[in-house]
Amino acid sequence: MAGTLDFSPDDRYNAFITTCSTAPFSGGALAGIAVAVKDNISTAGIETTCGSRILEGYIPPYDAYVVELLRREGAAIVGKTNMDEFGMGSTTETSAFGPTKNPVDPSRVPGGSSGGSAAAVAAGLVPMALGSDTGGSIRCPAAFCGVVGLKPTYGRVSRYGLIAYASSLEQVGPMARTVEDVSRVMSVIARYDPRDATMFDRPYDHRPSADIGGLRVGIPGEYFGEGVDPRVAKKVRDAIGVIEDLGASTVPVSIPGMRYALAAYYVICTAEASSNIARFDGVRYGPAVDTRKSWHEAYQDIRQEKLGPEVRRRVMLGTFALSAGYAGRYYAKALGARQKIRQDFERAFRDVDVIAGPTMPTVAFPLGERTDPVSMYLSDILTAPANLAGIPAISVPCGRVDGLPVGLQLMGRQFEEERIIDAAYAYEQGVKA
Amino acid sequence: MVTESDIEHIAELADIGISRDEVPEFTRQFNAILEYFEILDTVEGESAPAGGITNAFRDDEPRPCLSQEAALANAGSTEDGFIKAPRVM
Repeated sequence: MAGTLDFSPDDRYNAFITTCSTAPFSGGALAGIAVAVKDNISTAGIETTCGSRILEGYIPPYDAYVVELLRREGAAIVGKTNMDEFGMGSTTETSAFGPTKNPVDPSRVPGGSSGGSAAAVAAGLVPMALGSDTGGSIRCPAAFCGVVGLKPTYGRVSRYGLIAYASSLEQVGPMARTVEDVSRVMSVIARYDPRDATMFDRPYDHRPSADIGGLRVGIPGEYFGEGVDPRVAKKVRDAIGVIEDLGASTVPVSIPGMRYALAAYYVICTAEASSNIARFDGVRYGPAVDTRKSWHEAYQDIRQEKLGPEVRRRVMLGTFALSAGYAGRYYAKALGARQKIRQDFERAFRDVDVIAGPTMPTVAFPLGERTDPVSMYLSDILTAPANLAGIPAISVPCGRVDGLPVGLQLMGRQFEEERIIDAAYAYEQGVKA
Repeated sequence: MVTESDIEHIAELADIGISRDEVPEFTRQFNAILEYFEILDTVEGESAPAGGITNAFRDDEPRPCLSQEAALANAGSTEDGFIKAPRVM
């Protein structure tokens, strides 16, 4: 089975930056299925911008390994989805190509930074999509748009061809309307790739099972505390009740390092970004730099003209946090906090198999509401800890507040995607029955 | 606290152009973020590398890679098969 898929969606939510009107496909596990790919994942021959003017017109000469694997299993790559510029945002509003709207309520943000992938799935334009998650960028939009999204264990999915933002935190992962489809995509993309030196050879080959008898579910108090909308917390507690009714037991756990998590996350991701974003100099790709100017002048000018304020702010913050006299106070302390958080999770996972809480502290907020960086950063408080610890985490829809979707987040031990997928699947099937 | 002249210095260090009228806003936002980072002052102890992880090395042997044509395809300015860059000196 091979052919081409015609794809001309009604993209009223601005979910796509680029669409492919005819997408070739072949035989395989995903034969002929339309898959959308976040625009920071390289696609040979298809423009890839990272939501930034500095990569406008860039046509990657090669596929990311995850894209190669999708194509090999027959998927039709139908387009590149909108995102916060270089993944830096939680709303898809920092995209240079305009914000994506939430299909559930177009006056609200879809979440971010993989907002285009979530909206494309939620609007029914594609059944499956790839996102990337640095501090919650798959799970946040999955929760806000009412779809399922998985951030894999750090090192389980190849980052080869993922345009880097914060290399020690980010992973590519699947988004879909059902847990089963998320699991199908995961079994295609989780394959060892020696070109990503941080990879482990731990392929994912699993079919979801709703049998969760005896599962021990940890409930961290920190995930239900200050800043979490009580109505969201209530929905999530109800969902955990469903999981208990299916044979699981709950155990209180504590992640005391949560109080440092967001600050540590923002120091580390901006520090890594200050180095990763340095490659966009207008010389090797993207809009041409003026070669008559001096290096520093040309470099500063093109970055001022082509990078949005949030990207420039993060590059400056990272440069500052790594600079002489401040690296000890910020970067070294952030690494120490990261280690404590990792140890907190390790300790908790001695007593429980999965940890459950809300994905986001609130439901999707109105477009244009959070313009202040700190208030935007605060929305990552419940998702960033899993990135700091490198553990897998899934968001699965668990009801609505004021008509807007709420996400249940399930976190697992490293390389135990199978377990959180089973728990999410059991919940999904349990509420459907 | 960082001042407006600190912000201009950081932008220079980072090679990020910012316009004169962006400086006050960036300064205000920077200070709000740094205030939030103060919680890190309470982190005790040093970070040690995570256990069980080793460096992934490979031999430095030539392998197939992009053709010169493909490598140059996205460059804004090329000459005689090379990428043209602004002058450094």
